[in-house]
Amino acid sequence: MTVSAKANDNSLYIYLSGEMDEHSARAARIRCDDLIESNAACCRLILNLAGIRFMDSTGIGFLIGRYKKAKLLCMQIFIENPEPCTDKILSVSGLYALIPKI
Amino acid sequence: MKNYMKLTFPSDSVNQSFARSAVASFILPLNPTLSELSDVKTAVSEAVTNCMVHAYRHTTGEITLECETFGNVLHIRISDTGVGIENVELATTPFYTTLDDEERSGMGFTIMQTFTDELKVTSAKGQGTTVYMTKIFTDGQTDAE
Repeated sequence: MTVSAKANDNSLYIYLSGEMDEHSARAARIRCDDLIESNAACCRLILNLAGIRFMDSTGIGFLIGRYKKAKLLCMQIFIENPEPCTDKILSVSGLYALIPKI
Repeated sequence: MKNYMKLTFPSDSVNQSFARSAVASFILPLNPTLSELSDVKTAVSEAVTNCMVHAYRHTTGEITLECETFGNVLHIRISDTGVGIENVELATTPFYTTLDDEERSGMGFTIMQTFTDELKVTSAKGQGTTVYMTKIFTDGQTDAE
């Protein structure tokens, strides 16, 4: 998995790509939290999932973890551009109730 | 046509991607739709992750992955000889997890159930767990994606 980011207008955009599973999530978790902490002044966090080609329930745990992190820093969190396969698992799990899709 | 395959590999997380990709390749002759292919990969990934995270926690053991196809039906069997599950019914409850502090969603079995046509779990404490899943494929020609 690769993680990249850009910040503008009080919004932090994190772009995730590759395959998200138990193996790949570990490094991505640390990288994401570093990015969130160093941009803690932003009021919105947008996780762009367009590059995610595969995700299992590890991804749900991962996203809930980032949700908690953002909440602690008083950031609003959103998901954008999930592929159909990612969208299915996120819908089934009810994750959008916690992190809205924009 | 009847076809089958059997793989055994160590419970190292590096094998997660290998396991689901192997099953995806095996079922290509069944002409799955993109969405069916993704469902199977996800379900396999859930079962294999359980073996690595729960069955062989803090240790490494062997995972056996077997697939069998009859016509457009795929049977998958994923087994380990790890710690086993004391209460299968509780373990398969949505959001139930024994590892709350590790960002686990507790959705593994729910995803397997949703993404396949049939799920069965047998387990004995101290002896291991076997997950059986069945997936029925439609004709890939009708894939709208």
